[in-house]
Amino acid sequence: MIQSIVLSGVAIGSIYALIGITYNVMFSASRVFSFTAGTLGMIGGVLGSLFIARMGMPVAAGLLLALVGGAVLGIVTEIVAVRPVLRSLDQHLYVLSTLALALMVQQFVAIEWGTDARPFPRLLPTARTDFDQQFWLPMLACIVVIVGLELLYRYTLVGRAFLAIAEDNFAARALGLPERGLRIASFALAGAIGTLAGFAGGELLLAFFGNAPMLTFYGFIPVALGGMGNNRGAVVAGLLLGLFQQTANFLIGGIFASVAVFTVFILVLLMRPEGLAGVTAQRRV
Amino acid sequence: MDTQAAQLRSSRAGASGLGATGGVLPFLALLAVGAALPLFVGGYWGLIATRACIYWVLVSGLNLVVGFAGQIAIGWVALLALGAYTASVLTAGTAVPELSPYLALVIAAAVGAVFGLIVGLPALRLRTFYFAITTLGFATIVNQVALAWQSVTGGGVGVAGPIFPDPFSSKWGFYYFCFGLAAICTWMTANIAASRFGRALTAIRDAEVAAEACGIAKPALLTAVFLFSGAVAGIAGALFASLQSYITPDAFPLDLSILFFIAVLIGGRGSILGPLLGTILLTALPEFAAPLVAWSTFLYAVLLLVIVLAIPGGIAEILDFKNRRPLESHRAIVPQPDLLPGLIGTPTDGGALTLEQVALSFGGVQAIDGLDLEIRPGQVHGLIGPNGSGKTTTLNVISGYYLQQRGAVRLNGTVLRALARNRRAHMRIARTFQTPRIVGSASVLQNVMIGGTIDGKGTFVESLLSLPRHHRDEVMLHDTATLALAAVGLERLGGVRADRLQHSELRFIEIARALMLRPAYLLLDEPAAGLSAEEIKRLGALLVAIAQAGTGVLVVEHHPDLIFDICHHVTVLNLGKKLAAGTPTEIRSHPEVVNAYLGG
Repeated sequence: MIQSIVLSGVAIGSIYALIGITYNVMFSASRVFSFTAGTLGMIGGVLGSLFIARMGMPVAAGLLLALVGGAVLGIVTEIVAVRPVLRSLDQHLYVLSTLALALMVQQFVAIEWGTDARPFPRLLPTARTDFDQQFWLPMLACIVVIVGLELLYRYTLVGRAFLAIAEDNFAARALGLPERGLRIASFALAGAIGTLAGFAGGELLLAFFGNAPMLTFYGFIPVALGGMGNNRGAVVAGLLLGLFQQTANFLIGGIFASVAVFTVFILVLLMRPEGLAGVTAQRRV
Repeated sequence: MDTQAAQLRSSRAGASGLGATGGVLPFLALLAVGAALPLFVGGYWGLIATRACIYWVLVSGLNLVVGFAGQIAIGWVALLALGAYTASVLTAGTAVPELSPYLALVIAAAVGAVFGLIVGLPALRLRTFYFAITTLGFATIVNQVALAWQSVTGGGVGVAGPIFPDPFSSKWGFYYFCFGLAAICTWMTANIAASRFGRALTAIRDAEVAAEACGIAKPALLTAVFLFSGAVAGIAGALFASLQSYITPDAFPLDLSILFFIAVLIGGRGSILGPLLGTILLTALPEFAAPLVAWSTFLYAVLLLVIVLAIPGGIAEILDFKNRRPLESHRAIVPQPDLLPGLIGTPTDGGALTLEQVALSFGGVQAIDGLDLEIRPGQVHGLIGPNGSGKTTTLNVISGYYLQQRGAVRLNGTVLRALARNRRAHMRIARTFQTPRIVGSASVLQNVMIGGTIDGKGTFVESLLSLPRHHRDEVMLHDTATLALAAVGLERLGGVRADRLQHSELRFIEIARALMLRPAYLLLDEPAAGLSAEEIKRLGALLVAIAQAGTGVLVVEHHPDLIFDICHHVTVLNLGKKLAAGTPTEIRSHPEVVNAYLGG
């Protein structure tokens, strides 16, 4: 029993962590939290099911196309919902514009794909075991993304430029960094990561339009608790969230488990609004 | 002086709450159309109209949360569901003994109020996106609980809604019941909008720091708003359940929440009429074309995006004809200092505002380093120094935005509590800001009235019901604000939207707002920045007159001429330390000051 709680907890937690990283990558480039983070995860599942199960593509091609689709959606987010409101960041219009875009995508999927949860194909032709691909694929995706981002940030020029923008946007621009180009690239990257989360977790979450608000909410918890823009914090908090949720699921039943998660989330946030790892910044007057 | 003041206390504009939000006529027209509706349309449209009324009962309360207080609450459907299930379960007689539908309606309102508070209170600590996400999470969870708690809610099978007895059991009878409640909600929220509470909410939304400096207590105000908003949402839920006659968790999709939220934004923030029209529009829209029904939420989302990107003011801004008239282009600000004694009242005797050895550093930067300062009533005290010398930081320590690491700030010998910003206003310490912080969408007069919020006597409920004390408060605030505007020389612009004014005029609005507190001490952060030479001269005369009326004035400035002209005492800061202090004549010839700051 404990084994299955841990397995599914870590698997679900990996998906939450990946959505958290999606939030973070967009936030670092633009100081904007986007409601489309969970939508990207949902799209990953739907596109995967569409390309592989319905259209019969090979898994690799389906994955590639899904990632491209996510990257395109990321870029669209930047152009439609983020760039126009960046000038007045203090008015927080991005909350509304990204919400509008997320809803549009979600509704489009609901109408064109249907409102029922559809099955996601098994990606590898192996028999079901206890340590099944539906559990280890999300974990693998999470590891790949973390390692990939770390390599990107450490060893490539583009990665360092990302860090520079995240650290101090104005200074980075003054140094001549192509801020807009880097922002678009970040949103494309975030789009691919979010889609990968939904794709790798497809067997667990299915191809379902309702995953969008669910992932938007549960994926934000790692960000809020791990600290804004802090990917390591997001991974730790995401895994803890997955384990906590699955344990509560087992102990008190599914529905009241989500009540428990929500309550704990609110209480922790109220006690430490800056996140468990964050520091308070004094407001400028 | 008294005659002048009396002349200014002219008749009050916009006596009723509805009048203050864009004229009472559109509301009367809607009332007439709504009351006569059964004469024009058939039963199906009666159903749509009933639904619009029910939605508006909820949206009217949400409007105070989203449109006025600026809190992004997107999960309000959860409260509709709670009210609906409460009323249904109480009248169904399955889980508990059967109750009268009216009693169930009242209990649904109470449950809604309690949960409105629970969902809303995180807003005190969490901002924007965080708060939006918590309301979204709450909505998801209420739906899941409704599905799972089968013994009470009937789970996926559902439960029958309450049926109201005659005369409200017929279709049109129930319509009039909902219509009446919707009209009452319109009236109540319009009363709040036109009260000091409504203005305080917009101040929290657009200029939170200034709201704190005016003594507005955000927790108490938001608590009242969330209770009210939750209660009307609970009532709306009970009515909704009755209209549906049978409810399942599927009756409360997140789409509905989005409809409520978007109705407010399409209507325009800070308006009552706009969101009312928005609600009617969104409820009726899918009925005009059958194929639209499936796409309705998609279209709402598109509308939201268009509104946010193209017309952030919503319908209300489109309907605001008054503020399209061009303003007079050559406007002079002519203060009338002789009005000040009547405004500020009796001078305080003795005492002083003192800083003792105050020190504060940000990381490695020592912003203030052991500063002593004494501000006396009736005197103008100048604080000058190069950029980064700690002037504004000093002001922020006095008004409670920063917490000093050493030393104390005392008022008449009593230590001022650190970080209790809104308590400063109760001690009659007022301030202005380096960048004027005003509510752009409110009129100039309303902005000034915000400064007097703490002097109102009536409660939130009294304003809601438009009781006598509410009217006395409004008359008092209106008259004082008119006087304050005249004193700073802006009385002719009282009715204009504040964001249409020039920068220099905004500075004088801030001073008028600060004067509403009848300040014992007035702290000004670079009041002359961006003013013309002529305006600086008038500002100087105004500040001298304010001091003569008994107020202690502290001016942080970069214009040496102004400082030397009006100050009784000048302190020069450099790198957080006092470089020199004394009378303007002493400072002007102080060798180190000339060296470091003034230039020789």
